[in-house]
Order: sequence, then structure tokens, then C-alpha cells
Amino acid sequence: MMMNIFSKKSAPRLMLFFAIGVLTMPIWLDPVGANYPDLLQKFAIFGIFAIGYNILFGLTGYLSFGHAVFLGVGSYSAVWSFKLLTMNVIPAIIFSIIMAGLIAAAIGYVSLRRSGIYFSILTLAFAQMFYNLAYSVLTPITNGETGLQLTMHDPRIIDNALSRTVETGLPSTDFFGISMNGYSGFYFCAVMLIIAFYIYLKIFSSPFGMKLKGIKSNQKRMKYIGSDTRPYLIAAFVISGMFAGLAGSLMAVTDPLAGAERMQWTASGEVILMTILGGVGTLFGPLLGVGIIKYLENIFSAVNDSVLHSFYSFLPQWGENLLVTITAPFVGEGWHLTLGLLFMLTVIFLPGGVMEGFQKIKLYFQNRNKPDKSNNSSEESSNV
Amino acid sequence: MSNTVLKIENVNKSFGGLLALNNINLDIERGTVHAIIGPNGAGKSTLLNVCIGLLKPDTGEVTFNGGEKIIGKKPHEINQIGLTRVFQTPEIFPDLTLLENVMLPALSKRDGSYKLSIFKMLSKETDIKNEAIESLKTISMDDRQDVIAGSLSRGDKRRLELAMCLVQKPELLLLDEPTAGMARHDTNQTIKLLKQIKEGGMTKIIIEHDMHVVFSVADKISVLARGKIIATGTPEEIRADPLVIEAYLGGAEL
Ligand SMILES: Nc1ncnc2c1ncn2[C@@H]1O[C@H](COP(=O)(O)OP(=O)(O)O)[C@@H](O)[C@H]1O
Ligand SMILES: [Mg+2]
Repeated sequence: MMMNIFSKKSAPRLMLFFAIGVLTMPIWLDPVGANYPDLLQKFAIFGIFAIGYNILFGLTGYLSFGHAVFLGVGSYSAVWSFKLLTMNVIPAIIFSIIMAGLIAAAIGYVSLRRSGIYFSILTLAFAQMFYNLAYSVLTPITNGETGLQLTMHDPRIIDNALSRTVETGLPSTDFFGISMNGYSGFYFCAVMLIIAFYIYLKIFSSPFGMKLKGIKSNQKRMKYIGSDTRPYLIAAFVISGMFAGLAGSLMAVTDPLAGAERMQWTASGEVILMTILGGVGTLFGPLLGVGIIKYLENIFSAVNDSVLHSFYSFLPQWGENLLVTITAPFVGEGWHLTLGLLFMLTVIFLPGGVMEGFQKIKLYFQNRNKPDKSNNSSEESSNV
Repeated sequence: MSNTVLKIENVNKSFGGLLALNNINLDIERGTVHAIIGPNGAGKSTLLNVCIGLLKPDTGEVTFNGGEKIIGKKPHEINQIGLTRVFQTPEIFPDLTLLENVMLPALSKRDGSYKLSIFKMLSKETDIKNEAIESLKTISMDDRQDVIAGSLSRGDKRRLELAMCLVQKPELLLLDEPTAGMARHDTNQTIKLLKQIKEGGMTKIIIEHDMHVVFSVADKISVLARGKIIATGTPEEIRADPLVIEAYLGGAEL
């Protein structure tokens, strides 16, 4: 049974496989054309964002429409740390997580007074408020439409005190001397994803995680068996906000600038799509969702007519032209169409996301191998 | 320690113009099974709702264990001081397994209202798990631990809820029509279970329609009619009370 994944022995093994899988991404993503640092970083960063989101949405069922705020807060905090203190990424990350946690505590405290659609609307309202304030009242912090950037005369107190200054141009972010450009940037994000996933796995298999699942299933019952559900919900909200803050700071680590568009509602919507597409509340679903959406966005969107022509070149000329005409709307600029269709098909036929699809395939083969044993495990627990 | 577990004093509650509870006074003694009977709409569920913090009475006080004032406390606080309730429509965790359904109340009892136990493993909570399995055994469902609770039959859901409450070992257990809407076979099984847990000495308030159930498990019976308690006594006294026979039992022979 899938539950066994949480048993004492298999959790470390799962972690090991996960770590190997993440660190070898440049190898196994090479054949599908996704092996370049920019995209690999995105996989890792949005992976952190999505698993954090799943702690709230997947475990408690509370649908936040404003989680991009914490991405933005994370990015701004990180850039400020680069400007004021040091180009070292560690203080930036810590500062971002703390700031995102504080803002999440404030937003969560208010929004969690309501549940269901009212909670969602409250989080959306907060997100839009932050987004608009970033262009107006908060411009001293956000630098408005230009976005927050590094400049030549940033104080960088710690770097200057250690006389770690560059002679020409802007300095780049580093991890104790290792520059965060290219693959080293990816590996840093990958390690952060592994640490984040470890915490995420812990939460999923802890009594705390179990209680969050109880709140999702029947909040009234949770109260009448003696649990004060509000602090649990606030804790889940803050933790998921901190994951988003980490993701936001890593965006700044790999590219040290921050703009308000990171907090727009479309960014909040994207993480919801990822989570639902992959499988809400499942351990790996959100990561799958990230993989699919970021792959479509970055690789599929680059496919143009000439790529299609060479893809179908084994066909006779008329067949090649026909297929190119048919498929062209779905690739390149049309990748949104493909994503939309994929999303609709998933929600209609696999409400549990791609993970449910895998589960169904697995069950199918299990039943075929043991035709004598009628299997009712669809009714049984398989929450992975 | 006082011998009265729950003291209900001068409780009034009205909904609009309707006086659902009319100056209720009732003492529940330690270790007894106290049944509350009465026709539909008499106010029985409302009385339990007041006792667990689901409803605030207009006036009156409910005291637990001779000191703890219940009115104004939140539901989880009332549970933590030792009152657990089985609802009239079963409140279980439909998406979780039977084992998880029973582990949660045990965890909640041990951890108190709130505990941020992120770095503990659920699989290492062997005490809690054993308690949960023990509780599933009392309802003979320990062989179905991994079944999702939502797929159970109605009768089984109600028994599961009872197991969820029993695992907390509450000082006072409140049961609201535990056999309502059950088939005969299910009712008999539940009566068996109620008799079995009666031996544990836990104090219980039970609301029940089925006279057969009431007279076989109750030590004391109170009769509620139109928001008023019209009689309290042993089953024999209630059976013989002319007021009760007239008001509730409609003169029928018992
Ligand atoms: N929340 C409520 N709002 C309005 N009226 C209520 C509410 N709860 C109960 N009542 C009314 O109070 C009376 C007693 O109800 P209840 O306590 O459920 O009776 P029963 O003895 O059948 O359990 C009924 O007339 C019912 O309609
Ligand atoms: Mg009732």
C-alpha cells in the first residue's frame, strides 16, 4: 500500500531517490531539450512554490488566490539584502523567508476568519492590494515600474567591510565565492528544493499534517474532538507563505531584480493550475504540474512551423503540410491552447490530476496480473 | 470530587417566538447513563447543543465537575475538559481511513487544543495507533483499518463516530439518537455496543427514540416535552408516571 511510503524505513529512501532525481535533472532532461540552466532553475524554484502551496491547498483545502504576494515579498527582500548587506545568497534567503512569513501571518490572520469562497476572495483582495501598492505608496521599497535593481553605489555593508568589491560592473550573487550563474545557480536551487521537499515530506507524515487533513475533511468534527482549528490553519498558511518566500528569493538569486508583476493574480493562478493539474494533496502531483506547465511554456512555445515541417518530413508533401496546418495552432504562441485543453481534460476526466491517472494505470495492471483477486483498493487509502 | 458531573441550571433558549428550552434544571450523576426522551421537536438536541457550546442559551448556566463553567467556552475547550459528543447526523472524516478517523481524536486529546508537531512521524505514534486499533475493535472494524470512511454504510458511520468519541475516554459522553435511521440489525448491534461500554463506568447522556434501547441501557430517564422537563426518575418510575404516559407515551402500554 502507498501509505507505506511514510513508514520509518522508506522515508529516507524516498528522500534519497528524490535527491538523486533532482540533481541529475541536467542528464535526464537533456533528451527532451530542457537541459539549460534557466529552465532547470525554473523547475526547481516553481517546484518549491508548488509544494509549499500544496501544504495549504492540498492538506487543508483552503484555496488561496494570492500566494504570488509571497513570491514578490521574497524577491524584494532578497534584492534588498543584496543591496544593503552582501551579495552572498544565504542572508538574502533567510531574510526573504522571514519577511514572507511575517506578511503571511498578517494576511492569514485576517483571511482565515472566513472559509470557502470568502477566504479565496480575501486572499485575492490582499494580493491585488500589494500589487497596486508596489506601484504607488510602496515605491520607495519596490522602485515602482522600473523594478528593484542593483546599482553601482549600493552600500553592501558586509561586502565592503570585508573589501569583497568588484572593480568593474555590477557584482553577481554568490554562495561563499561560488557565483550563482549558470549551472551552479541551478544546483543551488536544486539543493534548496531538496531541503524544502524534506520539510514538506515531514509535514505530510506528521501528526500536524494529519490534523490538517482532518480539517479539510470535516472541520466541525475537528473542533468537537478538541482541536482549535484556527491556529492550525494559520500555521499552514504561514508555512506555505514561507515556501513561496524562498521561491521568490531564489528568483532574485538567479536574476537579481524584482518587479511587481511577480505578484500579479495570474502568478497566483499559475500555482493553482500546477497543483490541480498534477494532483491536489498528493505528494508529487504539484511537482509534476510544475514540470508540465514550465515545459509547455518554455519548450513547446518555441516550436515553430519549420520545426514542425522537419518533424513531419517523413510524410509525403501533402500529408506534411496538412499535419503542420493542424498542429500549428497548438504549438509556439498557441501553447496556451494546449495547456487549456490539457487542463480541461484533466479536471473533467481525472479530478485527482495526473497522479490519479498514474494511480488508475497502476490499478489496471495490478488487476490484470491478479485477475482472481478482486481489488477494491480504489476505496482504500492511496494518498501519495 | 462532586458526584454531579454535569449541572444544568435554569437554562432557557428560544428561537424567534418558540421557547425551545423552558427553564431546564438537571443533574447528571457520575457513572450513570442518563436518557433524555421526548417527542420530536421537544428540544432534546437543543439541550445537548447548549452543553457542548454549539448554542448559547439565553439565560442559565451549565457547570462541569462542580466548578468548570461551560457557557461561553469554545467547542474545542469544552471537549478538552472532558465532554465528547456523537451527533444526530454522523460527523466523521469521510476522506480519511477508518484508522485515521480514530487516531485523530486520540491525537487531539493528547496534544490539547493546538500543537505544532511537524518534526514527529505519525508512524512512530505507536501508543496512539494502538489505542485507535483497540477502539476499532470495540466496533469490530479493526479488520477494515485502511477503508475510506466515506464508503461505509450509514449504520457503520454512526458506530465509527462512537468509536472516535470513545477513544478519547471522555468523562461525559453525549449521544444524540445513536440508532436513528438504522435498520433493526444495525440497532441491535449498537445496543450491544452501548451495553458493553456501559460497563466502563463512563457517564453518558443519551437521547433516544427507541424505547427498547432506552429501557435497556438507561439508569435514569428524563422526559422532555415542549421544552420542559416533565419527569426525571428510574426507568421503573418513568414507566409508571401518569404524567409521562399522558404527555409523551400517549397512554400506550409499555
Ligand atoms: N438552530 C435552530 N434555529 C431555529 N430553530 C431551532 C434550531 N434548533 C432547533 N430549533 C427548533 O427548536 C425545537 C427543538 O428542536 P430540537 O432540539 O432539535 O428537537 P428534538 O427534541 O427533536 O431534538 C424545534 O421546534 C426546532 O425546530
Ligand atoms: Mg434531535
